[in-house]
Amino acid sequence: MSRAGTIARRTFLVGSAVIAGGIAFGVYAVRAPHANPLKDEVGPDEATFNPWVKITPEAVVLITPHVDIGQGSAAMQSLLIAEEMDLDPGQYETEFGPPAAAYWNTAQADDAAPFMSTDDSIVAEGARGAMTSLFKLLGMQITGGSSSTPDSFDKLREAGAVARETLKAAAAKKHGVAVSDLKTGKGTVVLPDGTEIPYTALAAEAAGIDPVTDVTLRDPSEWRLIGKETRRTDIVAKSTGAMDYGIDVRLKGMVHATVKLSPRRGVLNGHDSAAAEKMRGVRSVIPVEGGIAVVADNTWRAFQAADTISFDWAPAAYPAEQDGHWEKVAASFNADSLDAEWRNDGEVDTGLAEGGVTDVEYRAPYLAHQPLEPLGAVALVTDEKAEIWASHQIPRYVQQKVAAITGHEAEKVIFHNQYAGGSFGHRLEFHNITAAAEIANTMRGTPVKLTLSREEDFATDFPRQISIARGQGVARDGRVETLSLDIASPSVLRSQMGRLGVSVPGSDAQLPAGAWNAPYAVPNFRVRAYAVEGLAPVSSWRSVGASTAGFFIESFVDEVIHAAGADPLEERLRLCNWDVARGVLEAVGEMSNWSGTTLPEGKGRGIAMVVSFGVPTAEVVEVTKTEAGIRIDKVWVAADVGRVVDPVNIENQVQGAVVWGLGHAMNCELTYADGMPQQSNFHEYEGMRLYQCPQIEVKMLENGGKVKGIGEPPVPPAAPALANAIFAATGQRIREMPFNKHIDFV
Amino acid sequence: MKLRVNDTIHQVDVEPDMPLLWVLRDELGITGPKYGCGIARCGACTVHVDGMAVRACQMPVEEAEGKAITTIEGLGTPDALHAVQEAWIEHQVAQCGYCQSGQIMQAASFLETNPEPSDEDIDRAMSSNLCRCGTYPRIRAAIHAAAGKLAGA
Repeated sequence: MSRAGTIARRTFLVGSAVIAGGIAFGVYAVRAPHANPLKDEVGPDEATFNPWVKITPEAVVLITPHVDIGQGSAAMQSLLIAEEMDLDPGQYETEFGPPAAAYWNTAQADDAAPFMSTDDSIVAEGARGAMTSLFKLLGMQITGGSSSTPDSFDKLREAGAVARETLKAAAAKKHGVAVSDLKTGKGTVVLPDGTEIPYTALAAEAAGIDPVTDVTLRDPSEWRLIGKETRRTDIVAKSTGAMDYGIDVRLKGMVHATVKLSPRRGVLNGHDSAAAEKMRGVRSVIPVEGGIAVVADNTWRAFQAADTISFDWAPAAYPAEQDGHWEKVAASFNADSLDAEWRNDGEVDTGLAEGGVTDVEYRAPYLAHQPLEPLGAVALVTDEKAEIWASHQIPRYVQQKVAAITGHEAEKVIFHNQYAGGSFGHRLEFHNITAAAEIANTMRGTPVKLTLSREEDFATDFPRQISIARGQGVARDGRVETLSLDIASPSVLRSQMGRLGVSVPGSDAQLPAGAWNAPYAVPNFRVRAYAVEGLAPVSSWRSVGASTAGFFIESFVDEVIHAAGADPLEERLRLCNWDVARGVLEAVGEMSNWSGTTLPEGKGRGIAMVVSFGVPTAEVVEVTKTEAGIRIDKVWVAADVGRVVDPVNIENQVQGAVVWGLGHAMNCELTYADGMPQQSNFHEYEGMRLYQCPQIEVKMLENGGKVKGIGEPPVPPAAPALANAIFAATGQRIREMPFNKHIDFV
Repeated sequence: MKLRVNDTIHQVDVEPDMPLLWVLRDELGITGPKYGCGIARCGACTVHVDGMAVRACQMPVEEAEGKAITTIEGLGTPDALHAVQEAWIEHQVAQCGYCQSGQIMQAASFLETNPEPSDEDIDRAMSSNLCRCGTYPRIRAAIHAAAGKLAGA
């Protein structure tokens, strides 16, 4: 393992944020559990043993606080509880639960500490522990960072075991038998005489006893559900039109609204809405922060009316034209903008001075999120409380944002988290939530459904970071000897936390994510990150920093390997100094028969391997050069998440992440003109459509030890593997996304 | 104006140019058809009108008057699934699922006209339905499976 190298300003980001916010804490606060929020809602004949299990006389309800944005988290979380509770699929309901500190994320901090995921030293583990304590103190309930499974894996099995043992204790008390004589199965406690008592029949009894917390988790050999093929809890509803998303919420007396907010992220100097106010069905046209809302009796009527309003938006605080954005990034490779030197192994400057340097620049554009369900929210404000129905990844902040508008205490903001029609990082933002709350606050007692038009969602999307990388490398004696990669982009962390009102001192580990932690023992290896100021505000986009830095490092490594005259897989294996990462490289080599395949003229293969969110993921892409352009024929993927919970969903997630990574790398960019995003709908921002989708073969490995998440890690290797394949097929090296600016695709 | 949706007659009082999608969703509360783009570029709103797959976001409601409108809710139900829905469930196609009402309606209509499609046929028929989650490999597999079910039915 290479040493972690120097970090110029080794500050714990979240720690700094908390301390800056003035939160004091001690050992007690770290050790004490947060209160169970379900205690406030259960009736006298209903039981809750912990924040994840609620039993009523009618149903077993499992709380899945990681919101389901399409990644299958509701099924995954409930499966873990059901495994230990001896519940079969179909014997329980799931709910997202209320926002609560009890649902603080125990896993997200792991990746926020500035240490490689391979680093299990005392210092690294200590830092992760300190970060995790801070997440707990903050009560940081968050869905993101591919952390739902790692956060849930032990915690929810324990929650299930506690519920099981407490139900047994209740049955023992009720029926006068010894706990040791009881078994559980199929949602029942089985008495010594074979009588099966449904859990629901024990709710009232169980409510009266203290939860049994001294429990033992099942050995993996006993698992009935984990690692087995199961059916997602939402699959029937999602195949029959029965699934209700946030956009489908209907309340009695509800009105329909839309909003136009500044596409330049500034103030509204003036507007003319005279025509809109006279249109059929329009109730009112009202100002909201940064724009204007139209309230009508039907969404389409609101859209039509909003389109007639003329606006005078103040200029943007960032460059009006796209060229100006690129110029700012290109000008940031200097000492003043240095965010951190993340890695400096060997003698990079000496290595570069020896000559034969590959010297290249890569570019990655802004990208929109644009899940297929546009942003929106339903809000109902009364004098007593404010209720919000929407899908959100940081629900406790929804409460705070709404409370600041309506004047209620945060606990009087009732947030009903909803299934989402995708997110990809989009549902970490608040402009839909706050606009809905503002509108509803002007018409207390009337429920308001806010829906953003697709065009409005594009115009107000906080995009993926724009980024440039400059690489210098030296190959010698057929080997990669020196790599220097400098990466410049705006800081997503600081931009996003800034919108929450939290200033984050210190360096941003996402700037070089996937690059600085590449598990390669290159003798001279340096990675520096530069933070660009004064650009458009940016946001987490599926795989965050690694979506750009992963493309840079694995394109660049490939270029230097080619300069060395080495085989792209063999040289990566030779360099690789982490056995888990070596495992995925070897696996993808075997799956694709990399070394045993002789490709005909016009075909080419590329490989890439990126470690992000602790998960090494290797991909091989095969392309064919045709008359009409490049066709992607096949992709092989191997990743190691330590433990596969749901083999069907994980394959689907990996395939989807590959489609996401390839489609945007090939076809998409978000550009600014006159201070506004130029792309407005799916005719000019397509992602990938079915005709471009290759076969995608997936293999999951379980050698990594810690359980990790899969939503994001397969995204970063897709773009460089494709670029490397195109080079192999055509000799053309594409260093800028989207690739279709440089080559045609079928 | 009278509309026949899933074999039920509804009376609506709307502008003749209001897109069928918004009449279904906001006036009738039939929310299986989804709003995704409003410009016929995503297919999430796909419904059948007299058996043909159409983009409800582009069809003025007056054009649908007097015709048989079928939404995902009318194609099949959890207790009486259409073959395409069965295949979608068996292959666990959905991730977020938001596009899948439209994908299923498009696939059901397509299989009526092409009961034994090749991958190329599927590419042509299904590429105007956008899935941001990237479930395309499973959509392909499910359509082949549904074709087999329909052929055996």
